[in-house]
Amino acid sequence: MDFNFIKEVIPLYVEATWLTLRIGFIGIILSFITGIFCAVVRYWKIPVLNVIVRVYTEISRNTPLLIQLFFLYFALPRLGVKLSGEQCGIIGLTFLGGSYMAETFRSSLETVGRPQLESGMCVGLNKIQLVRYVVLPQALSVSVPGLVANIIFLLKETSVFSAVALADLMYVAKDLIGLYYKTEESLFLLVIAYFIILLPISLLSRFIEKRLRYGQFGNS
Amino acid sequence: MDSSEILNALSTAFSVLFKGKNFVRLLGGLGVTIWIAALSVALSLVLGFLFGIVMNIKNRAVKVVCGIYLEFMRIMPQMVLLFLAYFGITHVFGISISGEAASIIVFTLWGTAEMGDLVRGALQSIPLHQYESGRAIGLTERQIFFYIIIPQTVKRLVPLSMNLITRMIKTTSLVVFVGVIEVVKIGQQIIEANRLTIPTASIAVYGLIFFMYFIVCWPLSLAADKIEKKQKM
Repeated sequence: MDFNFIKEVIPLYVEATWLTLRIGFIGIILSFITGIFCAVVRYWKIPVLNVIVRVYTEISRNTPLLIQLFFLYFALPRLGVKLSGEQCGIIGLTFLGGSYMAETFRSSLETVGRPQLESGMCVGLNKIQLVRYVVLPQALSVSVPGLVANIIFLLKETSVFSAVALADLMYVAKDLIGLYYKTEESLFLLVIAYFIILLPISLLSRFIEKRLRYGQFGNS
Repeated sequence: MDSSEILNALSTAFSVLFKGKNFVRLLGGLGVTIWIAALSVALSLVLGFLFGIVMNIKNRAVKVVCGIYLEFMRIMPQMVLLFLAYFGITHVFGISISGEAASIIVFTLWGTAEMGDLVRGALQSIPLHQYESGRAIGLTERQIFFYIIIPQTVKRLVPLSMNLITRMIKTTSLVVFVGVIEVVKIGQQIIEANRLTIPTASIAVYGLIFFMYFIVCWPLSLAADKIEKKQKM
């Protein structure tokens, strides 16, 4: 290993990490919003929208992000829609993440059983109060592990952004391998960078899962 | 562009699929993708099952080693793993492996970790009284494992592993980056070849590849959802 080389290129990786985090963050927030919207539509079976959301969910869950990005980046400009790499990344991530988030929210909304709703109505809560005080607190706590898993999944998926000319971690590593033929060093830094981004989130998810188990069953 | 122009552009774009052997070539590329996915899925299901059972052994050393392996495989993006295998192995050990071999190794290692975690979860979700009832009617530990625990675990695993298979098929789209000639690569070749005559070819080609992945993965997800719903009732 050439440590001088490593020292020299670390700033490049730091910059790329910020880019990965920034786009990942925006993408995750937008998928979160999309997910909540879709989950609400599916939960209350709002006509027409329900069908659209189902079609969207199936398409986005069953196609790879890479192909979605290729389509956005290489095919759409031919129809006169020009998007930058960054825009493609964010749209692609949101398109993919939205359906995963929606599935997580929906399944946790469904864990709140009918008796809960009926009891709520019995004590005279209106619909908004029912959602605010009965459904959401229970559903949100159930959905946390799934959400964190989705966040890790989406951050990992950002590694394909290099395909649409975004200078993310993968792109920097590929570049350095091509330019200087320093394969070991570049790959080593790449692995380290992803560890720094994802290990804390992964550990956090373990911790949350344990706490939730404790909350539900009183043991861990 | 107004709508008639767009329609025109689309119809010329899709004509590229019917030129020469383009469609058949893309199907062939899809075959390579599916072949890589199928081989890695088959290996991961078997190895993952064993890995899951090993993870349930109550031994500190085994737990730590399995935990590190699992964590590494789940944290690293599959793209990074592919690069590690394809460039790293070649560089460090001085042997050259093909892109196909690298992808199968990576997807098997990753799939084993994910499958192992599912198996571990399924095994742990079997309530204790199942073991106790088995012992009460005089079955040996081995019989309990094979006749009581395994069948119930497998039943719980079916929908979960089907979702994993869909994910693995989707992830095989990445093998284009380690030089495997599969559906995306062939698509790129077709687009390049028609760059001057049909500049809109990318719409049709990427649209078709998009659709191909969807057709392969959708039935699996649908079936997984159905089975899951049925098991819940």
